[in-house]
Amino acid sequence: MEKKQKKIFIALILASVLIAVVPLFALKEAKFGGSDDAGSVMVEEIQGEYTPWFTPVLETMLNREIPGEVESLIFCVQTGIGVGILAFYMGRLYERNKRNKEQKSYDHH
Amino acid sequence: MTQKQKKQIAAVSIFSIAFGIAPAVNAMHIMEGYLAPKYCIAWGILCLPFAAAGFLKIRSTLNENRRSITLLAMSGAFIFVISSLKIPSVTGSCSHMTGTGLGAILFGPCSVSILGLIVLVFQAVLLAHGGLTTLGANTFSMAIAGPFAAYGIYRLLKKLKVNHLAAIFLAAAIGDLFTYCITGIQLAVAYPSEAGGIAASAAKFLGVFAPTQIPLAVIEGLLTTAIVIFLESFAKSELTSIGFFKKEA
Repeated sequence: MEKKQKKIFIALILASVLIAVVPLFALKEAKFGGSDDAGSVMVEEIQGEYTPWFTPVLETMLNREIPGEVESLIFCVQTGIGVGILAFYMGRLYERNKRNKEQKSYDHH
Repeated sequence: MTQKQKKQIAAVSIFSIAFGIAPAVNAMHIMEGYLAPKYCIAWGILCLPFAAAGFLKIRSTLNENRRSITLLAMSGAFIFVISSLKIPSVTGSCSHMTGTGLGAILFGPCSVSILGLIVLVFQAVLLAHGGLTTLGANTFSMAIAGPFAAYGIYRLLKKLKVNHLAAIFLAAAIGDLFTYCITGIQLAVAYPSEAGGIAASAAKFLGVFAPTQIPLAVIEGLLTTAIVIFLESFAKSELTSIGFFKKEA
C-alpha cells in the first residue's frame, strides 16, 4: 500500500466511524429504535390494525420473542463470521505481499 | 501467525464486539408476516431467474480461476459484517447497511444475489430479522435491485471517466439507498393508502426509510472504497483474474 493510499484508507474508516457516532451524541433525546419498526408503525397507520400472518420460525419454536440479549448475541455471531473471514484473507494477502517484496529484494542482491 | 496479524485480529475483534453490543432492534427488511402471501410468492418468483443466473455466474467464475474464491468469500463476508451493524442515524433511529455494492462491482450484480440470499436466510432463520415469507421481497430489494443499481452506476461513471474511487463510493452509496427505496415501494404496493393509492403510500414509506438511510449509505460508500483500496494494493493478481482491472482500461 502506498503512503497516499494508506492515508485515504485511514481517513475513510475514520469518517465512517464519525458519521456513525455523531448522531448518538448530537441527539440526546432520540431512542434509536429500528427504522423497520417505524415501517410497521406506518403499515398500521395506513391499514389500521395489522396482525402479521406469519411469525418467525425461531419465535414459533421458542414460543416467544427472541430475548434481546440473545438477539444481540446472534447479530454478534453474524458480525464475527464476517470479520473472521475478512480478517483471515486480509492478513493472508498482506503477508503474501510482504513475502513477495522480501523475495524481490533478496533476488536483487 | 505474526505479531502484526495478531494485533490486526485483536483490533478487528474489539471493533466487532463493540458494535455487537449496540442495542439490537429490528431495522430494515420487511418483517415476517408483513406481506400478503400473493406478494411473497410474486417477489419470490421474480428472484428466481436472478438467483439462477447468479449461481451459474459464480460457478463459471470459479471454474475459470479457483483463486477468485478469495475475493468471493471476502465480498460475502463484507455483506455479513456490514449488514449486521446497526448504526444510529441523524433521524434518531437505527438502521443497517447492505454491503452488496462491493460484490456487485467485483463480480457483477447476479453473483451478489446468491451472497445476499445467504445473509438474508441467516437473519430470517436465526434472528427473526426479515423473514422467510418475505425472503423473496427482501432478496429482490437487497440482493438484486441494490447491486444492479450499484453495478450500473459504477459502469456508467467508469465510462464517463469519473475518478475511480469516487465511482466506487457513489456506486456503493446509491446502491444502498436504492435498496431502501425498493423496500419502500414494495411496502407501498402491498399497502396502498386509501387516499392517493400506491404513490402516496410510497411517499410515506420512503419518508421513513430515506432520511435514516442517507448517512448510512455514505458510510457504506466509504467502507466499500476503503476495502477496494486494500484489495487494489494487496490482491492485484486476483483482481486482474476476475477482470476488474481490465474493465477499466
